[in-house]
Amino acid sequence: MLAESGKLDRRELTRALLADRGELAVIAGLGAPCWDITAVGDHKLNLPLWGGMGAAAMIGLGLALAQPSRPVLVLTGDGEMLMGIGALATIAVKKPKNLAIVVQDNEHYGETGMQETATKYGVDLVAMAKGAGFKRTMFVTKAEEVPALRAAIHAGDGPFFAVAKIDAGSKKLVLPPRDGSIIQNRMREAILGPAAYHQL
Amino acid sequence: MDADAIDKAPDAADTWPDQIYDLLKKHEIRQVCLVPDAGHSRLIKRCLADNEIIVTTLTTEEEGIALMQGAWLGGDKAVLLMQSSGVGNCINMLSLSHIHRCPMPMLVTMRGDFGEFNPAQVPMGNATQAVLEAMGTLVKRADAPEDIAPTVDAVIRMAFNTFRPTAALIGQRVIGAKTFGKD
Repeated sequence: MLAESGKLDRRELTRALLADRGELAVIAGLGAPCWDITAVGDHKLNLPLWGGMGAAAMIGLGLALAQPSRPVLVLTGDGEMLMGIGALATIAVKKPKNLAIVVQDNEHYGETGMQETATKYGVDLVAMAKGAGFKRTMFVTKAEEVPALRAAIHAGDGPFFAVAKIDAGSKKLVLPPRDGSIIQNRMREAILGPAAYHQL
Repeated sequence: MDADAIDKAPDAADTWPDQIYDLLKKHEIRQVCLVPDAGHSRLIKRCLADNEIIVTTLTTEEEGIALMQGAWLGGDKAVLLMQSSGVGNCINMLSLSHIHRCPMPMLVTMRGDFGEFNPAQVPMGNATQAVLEAMGTLVKRADAPEDIAPTVDAVIRMAFNTFRPTAALIGQRVIGAKTFGKD
């Protein structure tokens, strides 16, 4: 699960977090988290975001509030989380038990030439989440901590926020479907059944 | 409403905020998200008092665009309440509606629109409709109290029937602008 740098390998981490996922719905922030969730197995309950940078956590909140008995994971990057950082306050106030946010933190903007993000300079996203009011958080750097991270995603006593420090290396591009209406509506069908196409 | 607040709220005798609330119920809106505006203050109170409506107060309006996307994924119909300045915060995020064909109705109270006192409200207020339309939003305006409910009804219907962003602009002519003695 570790890259040569000694940090967690993003794709192996994703594979471990999504193993035996059950009813888990996954929102992936734009960029590499989308390729990661697709590489470990495209799924009807995956919403990889092609755009809307900064939206992932709030999409997770809207879904978690609409489907309170279903676990929802937002898997995103440090740059994407920083852009929508106010969402931590919004989410902490709503206290959705079924929402988990995991930031795969490589300290860089990976899609645009590996420019450094604020986390490279010590900005502490876990501290920001705690400050917003998240009671359950994790800071993960080691492979042996990953099973507990996976368990926390499914525990249902959120909102839960974690940062996993990962190796900054890029992985093979594995693209999800590009038509967003398919991505959205396959998830709606998986959650709502035939009613997804007849909601008035 | 605080007499010292800079923005004007609807008069107590106005019925249109309650008509909007009734429309939210008729259309089975389950989630209401907002950054407050004095023009929506009574509607917000009605929503907060309703246990069947989940109200989410946002730190910025673009969060509401994302929240409506998530609500729709889970089968909830949602609306976003904001003032016209907040529209500017939503521009790129409105892409989500087009990417996924997600219904996103917005109810916007106008500032910087008709007799505005505050110069800071004018640039965004004047640009609100153009900006929304530039992002592919269907925009309908109401500048008289009796037009508000039909306009909101139409905008909610168009969002959920045709899968796109829609906006009702509630004109400042309806709500009024404070003058602070500079009549």
